[in-house]
Amino acid sequence: MNVEAIKNLLYRLADDKLIIGHRHSEWIGMGPILEEDIAFASMAQDEVGHSQAYYRILHELGEGEPDQIAFNRKAQDFTCCQFVEFPIEDYAFSLVRHYLFDMADKVRLQALKASSFEPLAALATKLAREEKYHQLHAQTFVQQLGRSTEEARLRMQSALNEAYPMAFSMFEPTVHTESLAKEGVQPLEDTLMKQWRVEVEAFLRSSNLQIPHVEDLSSYFGGRSGHHTEFLQPLLSEMTEVFAIDPTAKW
Amino acid sequence: MSIPTTGLTRDFIYKVLEQVKDPEIPVLSVVKLNIIHDVRIDGDTVEVDMVPTFAGCPAIDVMKASIVKQLTEAGVKEVIVHVKFKQEWSTNQITDEGRQVLKDFGLSPPPKYEGELTLETLAQAECPVCGSKNTQLLNSFGPTACRAIHHCLDCNETFEQMKPL
Repeated sequence: MNVEAIKNLLYRLADDKLIIGHRHSEWIGMGPILEEDIAFASMAQDEVGHSQAYYRILHELGEGEPDQIAFNRKAQDFTCCQFVEFPIEDYAFSLVRHYLFDMADKVRLQALKASSFEPLAALATKLAREEKYHQLHAQTFVQQLGRSTEEARLRMQSALNEAYPMAFSMFEPTVHTESLAKEGVQPLEDTLMKQWRVEVEAFLRSSNLQIPHVEDLSSYFGGRSGHHTEFLQPLLSEMTEVFAIDPTAKW
Repeated sequence: MSIPTTGLTRDFIYKVLEQVKDPEIPVLSVVKLNIIHDVRIDGDTVEVDMVPTFAGCPAIDVMKASIVKQLTEAGVKEVIVHVKFKQEWSTNQITDEGRQVLKDFGLSPPPKYEGELTLETLAQAECPVCGSKNTQLLNSFGPTACRAIHHCLDCNETFEQMKPL
C-alpha cells in the first residue's frame, strides 16, 4: 500500500476537521439563541475529537504526537481546504458552510467505510454515526430558514451564493488522488464531489434556495498543497496561543 | 475488593470494572455500557481493551485512568488499557441492566434500532418520567456530547436522553 498517499489523505481529513472545529467553537457565547450556541459548541467538540482520532492513526504510521501535529505546524504545512478557513461571518454563512461541509463529510465517510485501509474503515464507521447529528442539525435549520420569512430566505440565499463556490475546494484533487482510488483507499475526489452535488442541490432546492452558478470549480483550490487564505494564520496563532507558551508542558 | 487467593480471574476483573463509571453518566459503569471488549490476564499483568463511545469524548481518558486506578488498588501489579476503534460499538449494546440504571437516573435510554442509524431514530425517545413515547426532540446537543434534550407531550416534562449512536 502507498503509505505516503494514505498519510496525505489522513492529514487532509484531520486538518479539515480541526479547522472547521475551531471555527465552530468561535460561536461559543455568540450564538443567535442559546440552543445554537450549545449546538455549535458540541459540533466543535466532535470535529476536534475526530481530527484527533485521525492524527492518532497518523501517529501509528510514524508521524508525531497528535498534539504536536495539531499545534506545532506552520500554516503552509496544513492541508486543509480553503473553505474551512474563512471567518464565521454571520450565522447564515456559518450555517450554510456547516451544511455543505457536513454533507460532504457524510458522502466521504460512507465511502471510507469500505476503505481498503482497515484502520480508516473502522474509524469511518464510527464517525459516520456521530455525524448523523450534524446532518440532522444542519438540515433542520437550513430548511426551516429557507422556508421561513422573505428576509430569512434572502439571507440564506446570499450566504449560499458566497459559500457554494468555496465549497468545491473540499474536493480539490492531489497528486495522490488516483493512486488512493486505484488501491481502494478512497474513491476519486471528483466522484465524491458529484455525489455530494446531487444530494445538496436537491435538498437546497426543496428549501426554497436557488443553486448559484459556479463558473470555475477550482477557484478556491490550493489548500491541499499548502496555499492558504490570509485567514488561516491568524486562526492558528489564536488556536496555539496557550500551547506556544510551553510546547513541552504536560497537561 | 482484593484478588482472590486462587489468583486473578476475568470474573474478578469485571467485578472491579463495575466500579468504573462514565464520568458524564455517573451511574453507568463501563461494564453496563458494554465498552469493555476484552480482558487478558498474563501473570501479574492485566490488559483491557476498551472502545470509545464518542470519538471526541473527553471522558475516555478519565475512564482509562480510572480503570488503571481501580485495578491497581485491587492489587493488580500492571494494568495496560488499549482504546480501540476496531471493534464496533453502538448504543444497542448497552445492557438491559444499564438501560434500567439510566431510567432510574432520569435519563431516557437510547432507543434500540435495526440496521443503519437513521435521522428518524434520533428523534425518538421515551419519557423517563411517564413512559410516553409521544415526545419531541428539542435539541440534539445537550450538556454533553452523548446527551440530547427532548420534551414529553403527555406529561410536559423536559428530559435528557442518552443519544442513540
